[in-house]
Amino acid sequence: MKRVPLLLLGGLVAVALAACGGKKPEPPAPAAGPNADSLAAAQKAHDDSVAAAQAEAERLAREDAERRQRMADSLAALGRSTEAVKTILATMVHFDFDKSIIRAGDAAVLDQKVAILQANPGLRIRISGHCDERGSDEYNLALGNRRATSAKQYLTSHGIDASRIETASYGEERPIDPGHDESSWAQNRRDEFEILAGGDNLKQP
Amino acid sequence: MRRLVLAVSLMSGAVVGRSVAQDTSAIDRGVRIGIVYRPGVRPGMVVLPGRAAVLDSVRAIVTRDLDYSDRFELITLPGGDSIRFATVAPPAPARPGTSGRGTGGAAAAAGLNYPLYQALGADFAVALAAAPGDTTVVTVHDVAAGGVRRELRAHVPPLTDRGFRMAVHRLADRVLEASLGVAGMAATRVLFVMDGKVYAIDQDGADQRMVSSSDHQAMSPAWAADGRRFAYMEFWEGHGRLFVQDVATGKRAPVATTGQALDFTPAFAPDGKILAFSRATEEGTDIYTVNIKDGCCLQRLTVGRFYDNLSPTYSPDGQRIAFVSTRSGLPQIYVMAGDGTDPQLFAPFDYGATGSSNAPEWSPDGQSVAFHRDVGGTLQVFVLDVRTRAVRQLTSVGRNEDPTWAPDSRHMAFVSDRSGYRQLWIIDLETGRIRPLLQKSGARLPAWSPRLPEAASSTP
Repeated sequence: MKRVPLLLLGGLVAVALAACGGKKPEPPAPAAGPNADSLAAAQKAHDDSVAAAQAEAERLAREDAERRQRMADSLAALGRSTEAVKTILATMVHFDFDKSIIRAGDAAVLDQKVAILQANPGLRIRISGHCDERGSDEYNLALGNRRATSAKQYLTSHGIDASRIETASYGEERPIDPGHDESSWAQNRRDEFEILAGGDNLKQP
Repeated sequence: MRRLVLAVSLMSGAVVGRSVAQDTSAIDRGVRIGIVYRPGVRPGMVVLPGRAAVLDSVRAIVTRDLDYSDRFELITLPGGDSIRFATVAPPAPARPGTSGRGTGGAAAAAGLNYPLYQALGADFAVALAAAPGDTTVVTVHDVAAGGVRRELRAHVPPLTDRGFRMAVHRLADRVLEASLGVAGMAATRVLFVMDGKVYAIDQDGADQRMVSSSDHQAMSPAWAADGRRFAYMEFWEGHGRLFVQDVATGKRAPVATTGQALDFTPAFAPDGKILAFSRATEEGTDIYTVNIKDGCCLQRLTVGRFYDNLSPTYSPDGQRIAFVSTRSGLPQIYVMAGDGTDPQLFAPFDYGATGSSNAPEWSPDGQSVAFHRDVGGTLQVFVLDVRTRAVRQLTSVGRNEDPTWAPDSRHMAFVSDRSGYRQLWIIDLETGRIRPLLQKSGARLPAWSPRLPEAASSTP
């Protein structure tokens, strides 16, 4: 990236040199012959230098286009990595009925988030706890709060600064599966992770 | 229902021998009335038909309110006037001095056939008449005494007026007061939540209105004891914010100090100055109070670092707060002093056997606390007797939750899925009668108002 201006500058200098090469004998120009008509020779030299300058300009333009393409490709790759990181970050953790303990299997999910948060120091997130519909509506706000808090505690106990994580609870108010059976309830007993700030360019851990 | 009343009447038949004998003979003689009401221990009430069609709506509402009070056997007349103006000699003037405070001046009173209504099982008869200036005159007859018990005059605005229904409800409460001397609950409204909005509805299921139209999802409406304000919670960017809304103006104001955490389940202290609520933080959930009159003085009442305390409800004298705590594992009902001291178990439970208990609400007479408890994986409504601490299960059909008391402390609204989907129901604790309040799926978290003051009646 930082080379681009230098390269551009170099290119411009080259074009400028080529353009005013009419007075100075360019290395390829005098090849026409020392004894030729001086006017014709001068004219030819001038034409040659113009052609050379055009060729040089075309080459630069081509290189510039290639460079732009490479940059676009690398930016796309960066975007893909951000998306991948976001997907990992958004992976939910789930809970047993009326429980707020992180399941053993979900510790790995949270470990990934720890790594992402460490690799991206500007990242701030919010964890929101959710419940299934079986419990009491209002009690579920307290339960969802416990669920969000226990995920936060896991992250902070693994070295993430507490100020980077907000918690919230929506109780049973925002189910992701509207069904009324255990498979739906199991989906709804969850923590969601959302990015509050610093999520534009995320590095892979 | 009818069967239950019959059973009760059979058991106590001797006590009410007079009316039972007469009612029975009346029915046996083949008097045809619209619905055959079995004689019961409750006094009979008949709302007389009238000639003024303009009063039909008033009559229908009053009749329904008296029925929903569950304190009378409502007697339905088939044709109306043919009975009322029967040829039997009017005996009313023959019994001077027995008619109580009534003036007996109404024209209808003179012609009322007391023996006939007595034969039909009526103890009270109510006649409505129109008077100039949107005034409705209600005459409450004491049928047994054979005279007018009281004549009530009330300004009832036209049918199209927003205050019409509440004015009629208030009239029904006055009829109840005039006949039995007890305060009713007709002039009340129930707040509830549906699709994240707060609604209000008359206790008879009419006049449903949205009262909070914010874009934010709302929960947990609660009335102030004066019936002029209510509070509720809204989700704001992951936080819970409390609002207090004025009934008459519809204006609302956020409660000071809330909105920075998850604040929920507001509950007014009886004096109306203090609002108790639950606040969820990373330390857990605890109960706080804030002075809403001066917008200051946040106080923390509970400190449960490893457990939650939530859902406060004040005793009517303001001295105590019942609440939910998970200090013993599952949520159960506890009680503490109004300042947070002396917390103790309130509704007894068997450790390891009794399910979660939640959503307590102290009754307006102070004698009971209603709540719901998990019984075999579903919720049922329970009532705790404050004095004896005995717990009684009230419901058993379907899932029943979030009970809220009517101001008469004998009716209760709650959420039940007994009809197949969750909707609002009302139960009378004395008779066990259950009726739907709102036949709409998704209505929940009801809060029954106190008796509404005049100024606050038009809205919500």
